[in-house]
Amino acid sequence: MRNTVSSLVLLAAVALGGVVITGSDSHAAGPAIDIPDRQWSWEGPFGTFERPALRRGLQVYAEVCSACHSLELVAYRNLGSIGFSEAEIKTFAAQFEVTDGPDEEGDMYTRPARPSDHFASPFANDNAARAANAGALPPDLSLMTKARAGGADYLHALLTGYEEPPAGFDLLEGMSYNAYFPGHQIAMAAPIYEDGVEYADGTPATVEQIASDVTTFLAWAAEPELEERKRLGIKVIIFLIVFTGFAYALKRKIWSDVH
Amino acid sequence: MASGGIYENPVVKWIEYRLPIFSFVDHSLGSGYPTPKNLNYMWNFGSLAGIVLVIMIVTGIVLAMQYTAHVDYAFASVERIMRDVNYGWLIRYIHMNGASMFFIVVYIHMFRGLYYGSYKAPREILWIIGVLILLAMMATAFMGYVLPWGQMSFWGATVITNLFSAIPLVGDQLVTWLWGGFSVDNPTLNKFFALHYLMPFVIFGLVFVHIWALHRFGSNNPIGVDVKGPQDQIPFHPYYTVKDLFGLGVFLIFFMLFVFYAPNYLGHPDNYIEANPLVTPPHIVPEWYFLPFYAILRAFTDDFFVYQIISLGGWLMTAKLAGVLAMFASIILLMLLPWLDRSKVRSSKFRPVYKQFFWIFLADCVLLGYIGGKPAEGAYVLIGQLATTWYFLHLIVIIPLLGILERPRPVPESISAAVTKSAH
Repeated sequence: MRNTVSSLVLLAAVALGGVVITGSDSHAAGPAIDIPDRQWSWEGPFGTFERPALRRGLQVYAEVCSACHSLELVAYRNLGSIGFSEAEIKTFAAQFEVTDGPDEEGDMYTRPARPSDHFASPFANDNAARAANAGALPPDLSLMTKARAGGADYLHALLTGYEEPPAGFDLLEGMSYNAYFPGHQIAMAAPIYEDGVEYADGTPATVEQIASDVTTFLAWAAEPELEERKRLGIKVIIFLIVFTGFAYALKRKIWSDVH
Repeated sequence: MASGGIYENPVVKWIEYRLPIFSFVDHSLGSGYPTPKNLNYMWNFGSLAGIVLVIMIVTGIVLAMQYTAHVDYAFASVERIMRDVNYGWLIRYIHMNGASMFFIVVYIHMFRGLYYGSYKAPREILWIIGVLILLAMMATAFMGYVLPWGQMSFWGATVITNLFSAIPLVGDQLVTWLWGGFSVDNPTLNKFFALHYLMPFVIFGLVFVHIWALHRFGSNNPIGVDVKGPQDQIPFHPYYTVKDLFGLGVFLIFFMLFVFYAPNYLGHPDNYIEANPLVTPPHIVPEWYFLPFYAILRAFTDDFFVYQIISLGGWLMTAKLAGVLAMFASIILLMLLPWLDRSKVRSSKFRPVYKQFFWIFLADCVLLGYIGGKPAEGAYVLIGQLATTWYFLHLIVIIPLLGILERPRPVPESISAAVTKSAH
């Protein structure tokens, strides 16, 4: 019995050590900024993205964010996995122009985007993006919720975190003050304001609503496999629990004659 | 078992006569391998490590089929795996978290060895090969982390390869050679990919030798007393195969909870930003399993008293070089443990003082890991330096002294004697 107890203590200590070490990973420099913890529909073992929020979020991305930010890793066809019909995807994609070619004469040309194309980027390259944004590069949004500490909570906090700078804060020309951006100086001006979009489904477009919808959409863009992952996870874990139970019963039976 | 006579199946018999593979397997993991009967669940982690290695090799080969080792395409090819390859996300998340699982399992396996004195005679070579496996794993994991070509991949590679520049005279040339150029770039990525694919097979070979050495004297056991006869043993199969199967189930539940429900918890968000040589992340940290060693590396600053002593007041070497040497020494020293520890008693159960120092040492390693994840500023620096000092003090001073000074408790006659006594 003592064997088991001391081995369990050792196991627990090493495991706990691992968790402590991992938890100690401080991801940002400077004083830590507390990001409010929000509830999202896709959290938890059964989480899914709310389809209406995704549609509204796509609309926000298309009408607001996409003026500066690309979404290079997402293809129009991917919208099929969140309930868009083939016809809807075709129509949606056709609004955007992409460069293709060379044609038979060797020239590049533009054509309306097809479902197989990835989301069209607002700028031809990083330099063009910087030139149009006073030297700042608007990052690609495809992985935003995975690429920032705090994930979706951070993104939502950032989008709604624009404030007047506190007295004495030295704000550079053309920059905005944001309560949640590391260092508080952000080159992106507040992108969201009341009724900044007119939702196709008639939802009132409050700042809160817009921020939460576009965060949902970008969370899906970053983890399009999330729903499938969680669904499969349930089956795998249930299988493993049953398997482990049988293995334990078998172990008990086989070991019953050992003293 | 001569000429395969015990096997009844004619095909098995025919093969066994020419290639005695059935008796080989039987002697390795079967009923022909006698094992101490009192092994506790801490002895599950060896087989778990072997299984994780196989999982890593299989998922890694599948990933390599879809991965592109080029600075312009590596990041996008990983995202293609995540988005467009059938179950690519699953394979990658298993591989990514599998690396962490491998280290968790191996660290527990090693601390078990420390607690029960498994490294002592006649298992010194077994232990040394184990430390070599750890070193090979660290090299493999480090190079694997570079492959997705995220920000932490790039900057981690830059920081770690730069360490070699501290080596006197040839340091700079060595780093240029490692890089295959003048900075971490495409040749570096290609090289790391080639080596990352090679190293697991080196590990596999080392594991083979590790098991070979293990079978010479068999497993140590919780009381650390040698097996006295058949009454102390049970055949590996079915007793430990079924126990390992149960352990595997528990482990896979833990592993799969990460894969399906927290796949990025053990990673770093910056690695989802494509590598950019022009933008340095504010805080470069290695993966969690390197943090204790990273803390030792960073402990060596110019004013660290241990550095002042070993460098004769800064004359012998730079603090950077001292840090690099200390980091490697922290692992190499483990190989000398069988000779640093003079105590004849293996298990901590009968070494009351060593047992306490064991727990302090474990806590010290965890503390080093915690410090390794913190920025090198303020109190963290001092705590890191004290924890580093303790790490070496434990191995170089305390363990040898305890071997002489400690009075161990009486050790049971045999495994059977100990088991029958505690069972009543």
